[in-house]
Amino acid sequence: MTDPVRQSYVDSHRSVAQRLPGSAQPWLRRVREAGLSRFNNVGFPTLRDEDWKYTDVRVIAKQPFLPVLDPGDGVDGERLRPLSFAGLESHRCVFVNGHYAPHLSALGTLADGIVVDNLATVLNQQPRELEGELGRSAPGELHGFAALNTAYLMDGAYVRLGRNCELELPIELIYVSTGTDDNRRVTYPRNLIIAESGSRAVIVERFVGLGQNRYLTSAITEVIAGPSAHIDYYKLQEESQRAYHVHGLYLEQARDSAVTTNNIALGAAIARTDIQVSLAAPGTCSKLNGLYIGTGKQHIDNHTQVDHRSPHCISDEFYKGVLDGRARAVFHGRVVVHQDAQHTDAQQQNKNLLLSPNAEVDTKPQLEIYADDVKCSHGATVGQLDPDAIFYLRSRALDESTARNLLTYAFANDVINRFALDPIRRAMEGRLVSKLLHGQQLEDLA
Amino acid sequence: MLKIENLHVDVDGTPILKGIDLEVRAGEVHAIMGPNGSGKSTLANVLTGRDGYEVTQGKISYRDRDLFALSTEERAREGIFLAFQYPVEIPGVSNLYLLKAALNSKRKHLGLGELSAVEFLKLIKEKVKLVQMKEEFLHRSVNQGFSGGEKKRNEILQLAVLEPLLAILDETDSGLDIDALKIVAHGVNSLRDAERAIIVVTHYQRLLDYIVPDYVHVLANGRVVKSGDKELALELEKHGYTQLVQSSGEGAARSAGA
Ligand SMILES: Nc1ncnc2c1ncn2[C@@H]1O[C@H](COP(=O)(O)OP(=O)(O)OP(=O)(O)O)[C@@H](O)[C@H]1O
Ligand SMILES: [Mg+2]
Repeated sequence: MTDPVRQSYVDSHRSVAQRLPGSAQPWLRRVREAGLSRFNNVGFPTLRDEDWKYTDVRVIAKQPFLPVLDPGDGVDGERLRPLSFAGLESHRCVFVNGHYAPHLSALGTLADGIVVDNLATVLNQQPRELEGELGRSAPGELHGFAALNTAYLMDGAYVRLGRNCELELPIELIYVSTGTDDNRRVTYPRNLIIAESGSRAVIVERFVGLGQNRYLTSAITEVIAGPSAHIDYYKLQEESQRAYHVHGLYLEQARDSAVTTNNIALGAAIARTDIQVSLAAPGTCSKLNGLYIGTGKQHIDNHTQVDHRSPHCISDEFYKGVLDGRARAVFHGRVVVHQDAQHTDAQQQNKNLLLSPNAEVDTKPQLEIYADDVKCSHGATVGQLDPDAIFYLRSRALDESTARNLLTYAFANDVINRFALDPIRRAMEGRLVSKLLHGQQLEDLA
Repeated sequence: MLKIENLHVDVDGTPILKGIDLEVRAGEVHAIMGPNGSGKSTLANVLTGRDGYEVTQGKISYRDRDLFALSTEERAREGIFLAFQYPVEIPGVSNLYLLKAALNSKRKHLGLGELSAVEFLKLIKEKVKLVQMKEEFLHRSVNQGFSGGEKKRNEILQLAVLEPLLAILDETDSGLDIDALKIVAHGVNSLRDAERAIIVVTHYQRLLDYIVPDYVHVLANGRVVKSGDKELALELEKHGYTQLVQSSGEGAARSAGA
């Protein structure tokens, strides 16, 4: 007997399938059907799944969330204004409850060869353009959330950077969710970013919750970086406190491409991000920076996997977490150096700071090496603020809370300093102050 | 300025200081010497209010106030400064930031305004010159990756900036080459005046050639077993502690037997 919640996702898919963008396209129907049948087979992950053993999603799986078919109203420019990052000019693409909101977006002028559009429009008008691309970099065996995203995929961003195209301003994709009062809505943002050879861009993807409703975001972002493409990608997750957030970022890198992913998790009750990077051609470089800050009863889970499939590739992963209250975090970083990947340089570090005795972290750095001429290292630490450092600062006239805040700030600042985009760095410092330092402003540490 | 009376301190239930009496007046320099483990750093830590030291008997007054009523940071703001035997590394916090935060916190407490960025930089440059440090050290994380000698010099830079009323130097000379020793001594001596007092903890007479003490005390087994003037340090250099320590051991045995 299948479980009724699983069945209800399947049933409701049947009733909405015709209304999904591009539903007339056989190839797209196949993509969606494959997602649906995958979900029907595996359902939501459980603690028995090795990759989910520290993240309990039973609260999400116990009742069906319903897709949002219309964007709904109620979000106007006024409500978005506080979300802007000071000093960040961008090509801005806003989605409300999973649907493109043209009146809130400001794409600006884009050079020839650059497309920034919403997926629903493209699927309705030029679906051919995406055939064979959509789903290409996603892994074969999707987990339940990613399978649902694929089954229901409705809207999101489509970015294509033509050969040697360079974007001066970042592309900012903002997913605003309000949920509804029934606390049962799910959105399925889906992004496809294709950077052709020699192109360059900065992409900022944001998930923002407005209000206090519970909702589920199940998102997928696919990034295909062509030869010598340079992409600087930021994800900033600030869902509402009661929301659930699951996001898969799947990255495929061609020869000599360089991609940096900066993964920042601040919001949601339960948040899970999977980042999978495939270094499939020689000379690629991938940097993975991450910062997660959990307070209250938040649960924040980051899974990263880097596959070195080719020689002479570099990966450098640096994730830091700060946890207060009863928050819990999971870091699982897997680096696989396949047999042919000689001269791999793979570094991985995860450092955690627990500010409260009730905070918890499960960290699992994992390095699998099947090549013999490689340079790899990995490590994980979990610690508290150093009492000797606190005493030292107090002996220099700083009061105890300032000393603690300063050390916390310094800990997080270490990864914030890796964010190349200035407005993001400054915005993050602000978030840190309001979320962890009880509002205490500290001057620039530099 | 500082009056320690019959101070007994336990660490983890073990008595470490066993009845210390010491008076330091403004304008004086006291040297404390004594064998490893005799309690010198313990005394310094108690003076700065570090956790884990249980005062079981005795009292300390600092500028006519009960020292134990003040928190570590209050003591610092009221003018007590300890140059640590083992300075702590603080990754991610620059030297410059710490100096500024420390100085302004102290000034605020004393009712003085914060220094402007320009005034502060001018002051710092002066002090950096005094301890002959490279300015690039200001932008590095506090003590991180500093050599032993650089850490000690950094302590003296902080001392020079904060201009304490009571400076305690815990083996600041250990690990310094002769040039650095002179620089450190110069930094300390430039602070010397009728308002301030200095306690120098050291194992070596050499430092006391440059920072000449008014008094020398020998600490052994948690007690001051001998006090004298600077000649005492020379004597110790020649004969070592053995005789003094033995007699203090006997004293302890006698009183225990009584
Ligand atoms: N936290 C602690 N737990 C247990 N014993 C301690 C602790 N701190 C100090 N002690 C003990 O107290 C005694 C005095 O130590 P202290 O560091 O004050 O000596 P010291 O005179 O400064 O020695 P040195 O010349 O080697 O620096 C030592 O025997 C030391 O082992
Ligand atoms: Mg000592």
